[in-house]
Amino acid sequence: MLLHAAFEAWNQAGWAPSENLPIVLGTTGCGAEAGESFFREASATGKLRVGHPTKTLSYQGQRQALDLAEALDCAGPISIISNACASGSNAIGHAFEVIRNGQSDRALAGGYDALGQLVFGGFDSLQALSPEPCRPFDASRNGLTLGEGAAVLALESLDSARARNAEILGEALGYGATTDVHHMTQPHPQGDAALRAMLEACASAGIDPAAISYVNAHGTATIHNDSSEAIALERLREGSISNLRVSSTKASIGHLLGAAGAVEAVVCLMTLGGQWLPPELCVATPDTLCNFQLVRAPMEASVEIALSNSFGFGGANASLIFRRWK
Amino acid sequence: MSRIFVHGCGAVSPAGWGVAALVDALEQRVELPVQQLNGPGFSFRVRTAPGPSPRPACLQHPRLRRASAISHFATAAALEALGESRKPGLRLGIVFGVHAASIRSSEKFFSEVLRDPSTASPVFFPETVINAPASHLAAVLNATELTYSALGDQTAFFQALLIGAGWLANDRADIVLVVSAEETAWTVSAAACSFAHDVICSEGAGAICLMRDESPVELAAITEPALFVGVANRAPSTVQIAAQFARRDEFLCDSRTGSRRWDCHQSEAWNDWTGPVLSPRMILGEAWSAATAWQFVAATERIRAGKNPAAVVSASGSNQQAIAARLKHN
Repeated sequence: MLLHAAFEAWNQAGWAPSENLPIVLGTTGCGAEAGESFFREASATGKLRVGHPTKTLSYQGQRQALDLAEALDCAGPISIISNACASGSNAIGHAFEVIRNGQSDRALAGGYDALGQLVFGGFDSLQALSPEPCRPFDASRNGLTLGEGAAVLALESLDSARARNAEILGEALGYGATTDVHHMTQPHPQGDAALRAMLEACASAGIDPAAISYVNAHGTATIHNDSSEAIALERLREGSISNLRVSSTKASIGHLLGAAGAVEAVVCLMTLGGQWLPPELCVATPDTLCNFQLVRAPMEASVEIALSNSFGFGGANASLIFRRWK
Repeated sequence: MSRIFVHGCGAVSPAGWGVAALVDALEQRVELPVQQLNGPGFSFRVRTAPGPSPRPACLQHPRLRRASAISHFATAAALEALGESRKPGLRLGIVFGVHAASIRSSEKFFSEVLRDPSTASPVFFPETVINAPASHLAAVLNATELTYSALGDQTAFFQALLIGAGWLANDRADIVLVVSAEETAWTVSAAACSFAHDVICSEGAGAICLMRDESPVELAAITEPALFVGVANRAPSTVQIAAQFARRDEFLCDSRTGSRRWDCHQSEAWNDWTGPVLSPRMILGEAWSAATAWQFVAATERIRAGKNPAAVVSASGSNQQAIAARLKHN
């Protein structure tokens, strides 16, 4: 999945192999399936046998990153950020800062995660999984739906992109990252850290929060996340929430964990490029905390600036802001 | 790029809890005793960290009461490194470099899932998340700014260092704790066997506190990493890194383990080094990213003690990259 997404981004960008191309990836599980397979077999047989090394090594995150670097004939450097479900957004945000700070003209950044038995069992043990497709921000939401995937962005400075007449899909405008120390698995009920991440992203972007046209919410459809995020959004807009359009695309594709922020960043870029809003078709009754416009049907819209939220276990909060490129 | 200085060090290792125990063990240059770690039908030789005595007060924090050992190690080392450096109003960033993360919790929880998913304990699952130790540390310190966990092989500490140094250079933080921690587990030892059968895994943590304000030890340079891709396998990458440092009697703290097969390329790359050399893993064991953090702690303490004016810290990882840094007296 990672290689597929990276090649798609690479080919679309029209990049050539490079000696110095930062690769910044976010993941929570790396190659979990290989690790789980190794553990199951070794536990069951009580033996370590030939073939096991491949499994233990292909589990490791640096293996996937090196596979990618090798496939693209790039020499890195590689950074692998594992900030739970904010990993993909943190990876893109970090790469964005690397370019903005002048450390590189280009960076390949994204996130990936494949479903594994441990993660599925983990969310199930927390009673966080919905038995039906999840309904973010619905009054009767009852948990999340897990998914898997990958997304990669080819990020490039404006000067570099213009110099080669590149097609620009959107502008990465701002990034904010904060830590919620309230609880290991639950957000602060008033969304304190989420609010700070969004405000930091706005400051980084040099925009007023009122300028945001659309929010791709973290919106996992758990009771605590959605209420905390709804409150944080209301605080962000300071009374002008009613014209803010919000949706969580997890309603359609599930929660992709370390890939979520990256895939949702791509959704934001598609939204900005296509001037439409991705809906949540499954919401029956929006939660009373949702004073924003929850997008419940596909629609064309004028979208200039989009914000994407990603919040993870351990209090990892990240917000990205993108602007339509004209 | 602004100058960056080391303001404090912290360590937990098989030698004990604290930098003093680490330095003492390294100065004696005597391999620490090994223990046996049992897996399901096989066993490994490891070096574990002893229980702390006295028990650090930070371990009473609610977040740490049921946390895995790795979080205890990381927190204790980080607090020791931070010392009194944190002042009101300063933005504190945390970067946690790690290889195997909370592997004991993962082993335990996955075993429960395999046995009966319906009774797997929700207590353990959050501890399996890779950023759990960094999250606990942030909670203990009430650090609400940037917290990253960076994954990799032994060089994950360097990845964390690069990120943290970037935050300082670009004014994203005023203080950065760069921390690495690992814990022993049979799955980790089994993975190590893929590289060399005689590697002895160990556990603990190391941390350094970085600031832009001046201190006696400066982080003078970090090389670009040399990735192990394509034809550039471990040996040429390590040589490429070693060639970047002039031979001028400085202290070298390298990542050799004592395993000939594992170490041969490093021995070759640095064989013309003219200054004193220390290999902490030979004494303490292979604690992955944490052992690389020990290298930094050892080098910093050596410069602080006035034994050497500068030191090179070199790490050649198992399957990612080679990289090095230079510290010098200010």
